[in-house]
Amino acid sequence: MSTLTIRDAIHDALHEEMERDESVFVIGEDVVAHGGPYTVTEGIAERFPDRIFETPIAEAGIVGVGVGAALAGMRPVVEIMYLDFITCAMDEVVNQAAKMRYMTGGQASVPIVIRLPCGLGRYIAAQHSQIMESWFMHVPGLQVVAPSTPKDAKGLFKTAVRSPDPVLFFEYKSIYTAEGEVPDGERLIPFGEAEVKREGEDATVVAVGPMVGKALEAGVTLEDDGYDIEVVDPRTLSPLDTETICASVRKTGRAVVCEEDSSFAGTGAEIAATIAENCFADLRAPVTRVGMPHVPMPFAPPLADSVVPQVASVVGAVRRVMA
Amino acid sequence: MSLDAELARRMYLDMWRIRMFEEEANRQTGLGNVAGALHLYCGEEAVGVGVCAHLRDDDYVLGTHRSHGHCLAKGAPMNDMMAELFGKETGSCAGKGGSMHVADLSKNILGANGIVAGGIGPATGTGMATKIRGTDQVSVCFFGDGAAARGPFHEGILMGSLWKLPVVYVCENNGYQQWVRRENVAVVDSVATMAASYDIPGVSVDGQDVVEVHEAAGEAIDRARRGEGPTLLEARTYRYFGHSMGDREEYRTREEVEDWRDNRDPIALFRAYMAERQWLTGREDEEIRTAAKEAVTAAVEFADASAYPPLAAAHADVLDTEWRADA
Ligand SMILES: Cc1ncc(C[n+]2csc(CCOP(=O)(O)OP(=O)(O)O)c2C)c(N)n1
Ligand SMILES: [Mg+2]
Repeated sequence: MSTLTIRDAIHDALHEEMERDESVFVIGEDVVAHGGPYTVTEGIAERFPDRIFETPIAEAGIVGVGVGAALAGMRPVVEIMYLDFITCAMDEVVNQAAKMRYMTGGQASVPIVIRLPCGLGRYIAAQHSQIMESWFMHVPGLQVVAPSTPKDAKGLFKTAVRSPDPVLFFEYKSIYTAEGEVPDGERLIPFGEAEVKREGEDATVVAVGPMVGKALEAGVTLEDDGYDIEVVDPRTLSPLDTETICASVRKTGRAVVCEEDSSFAGTGAEIAATIAENCFADLRAPVTRVGMPHVPMPFAPPLADSVVPQVASVVGAVRRVMA
Repeated sequence: MSLDAELARRMYLDMWRIRMFEEEANRQTGLGNVAGALHLYCGEEAVGVGVCAHLRDDDYVLGTHRSHGHCLAKGAPMNDMMAELFGKETGSCAGKGGSMHVADLSKNILGANGIVAGGIGPATGTGMATKIRGTDQVSVCFFGDGAAARGPFHEGILMGSLWKLPVVYVCENNGYQQWVRRENVAVVDSVATMAASYDIPGVSVDGQDVVEVHEAAGEAIDRARRGEGPTLLEARTYRYFGHSMGDREEYRTREEVEDWRDNRDPIALFRAYMAERQWLTGREDEEIRTAAKEAVTAAVEFADASAYPPLAAAHADVLDTEWRADA
């Protein structure tokens, strides 16, 4: 075991995968100069100078090149400086990467990992703070990975690099520096396996990314109310482990679904619908969602903090379903 | 690879195979055997054939919505292609791609592409793979003049030049972008002039003259294979059919089309060139056309006799479901 941050876990996983497999390479903006804004690719240029490409500011080109290299058997790890800029490469993600296997009747494989630093970090307002996992969950052929701890980040990243299909790897800026124990050695975490991060009997809190930590904190507060919550972390949003989620809800009879981005047509909407479809008879209260209201991210720190769901939002939602 | 009688006859056959494949595909659409939209390559055969004549099996080709000719010229089996157009399970893509997504990865034909300019970035990426591996494959990306308006054209060629990747960007400038004349929406007539922005050679050739295309493509491909970077090769050409099915063609005159067909036909021009050099007798000409016709007839029979994919196929190939993280 070692104690790492999420940033370190991804950094280490990348180094290990590049050491292991010569077809892995890095491409993105500022990935050499600064290791990217979050220094995740730090040290790669020194160790693997022929397998890192610092690009012009051309997201469609970056992802397009990644898709082609992947089609030709390489394993590109693409960094999009901020998730928000992936909109400049939506064709390459949605029409090219996602559909190649299908359109070619299974001939093509596009093993690309697209790293997406996302969400509220420093206060950088509406064009540098989105998350938008659900945009990509909606597209068949994409895998959406949402790690909440260093252990998960490392294990899921290694799986992502080895996966034969495209992966959108969400890196939540607000928890890059969160520390946690990471087992030493090779630990791959399969996609589609949720983890129960806290066991409990009274209500299921399905939490995504940075909401996992907040849900766990809420769990401590709620003990004073006499409520024992279970926290389920899907870890990958597509594929989605509906079994683990539903098993938990069947046990507790109550469900709160938490995400940090806007909940309207969001990640939690899919999870809530899954619960409603599969666990209706077990529910003792309506499924409740916690998320941002349907507004762009405001700049002023007090405004931003007021719209991003906090520990208290989870506490409030659990109290409502328990009432 | 310089042109001699034998290669010329092969290329001449390829041009006929494409011409007849397209005409037959069009007929099969009329008969209701081919669904969807076809973008026919008739009139532009010299481009695909002149370029692909230089390519090895392991070289990469990426295309456009109008790519039947590129695939055939690169060696995709005609039977599989016709079956793909019919949507049959024996098709190149098991009936799941259709005309706009024909691909044959065993020949490094990475596919037609339904998105204008969609292949340019990925073609550049195959060049990057080649560069990282240190092999000497070349990637060819075909696209229309319309693609030169899109961002991925700029971004892809910029990166190809920046890293001196072994890619040849081939623009088929047929003067139209769907139902719009190029001159109404473009500010430069020749796409080749845009190469200056990327500090790579920009070469413009008569796309009806397969000899000229072949020569210019040879230079560009050799240059790429030597590791000297990309070329932007523009072939001025013309499509005989409408953009796709149901095109009223109000944007051009019948006389214009007839003029190209009668005076600028790439197959007729090449036949005259070969005849002048005694590279093609009347009998050989006939044999070649018969061979092309027979191949097309056989392809239709193959496609016709093949079954549609089982309905379960609609649910397969979204992801590789066999794969497991191994630890
Ligand atoms: C991004 C995108 N925009 C629009 C279309 C619709 N469309 C298909 S082909 C075409 C015209 C393309 O013209 P050009 O690139 O010159 O190729 P040509 O058809 O002349 O061979 C258009 C507008 C598309 N497929 N993709
Ligand atoms: Mg055109």
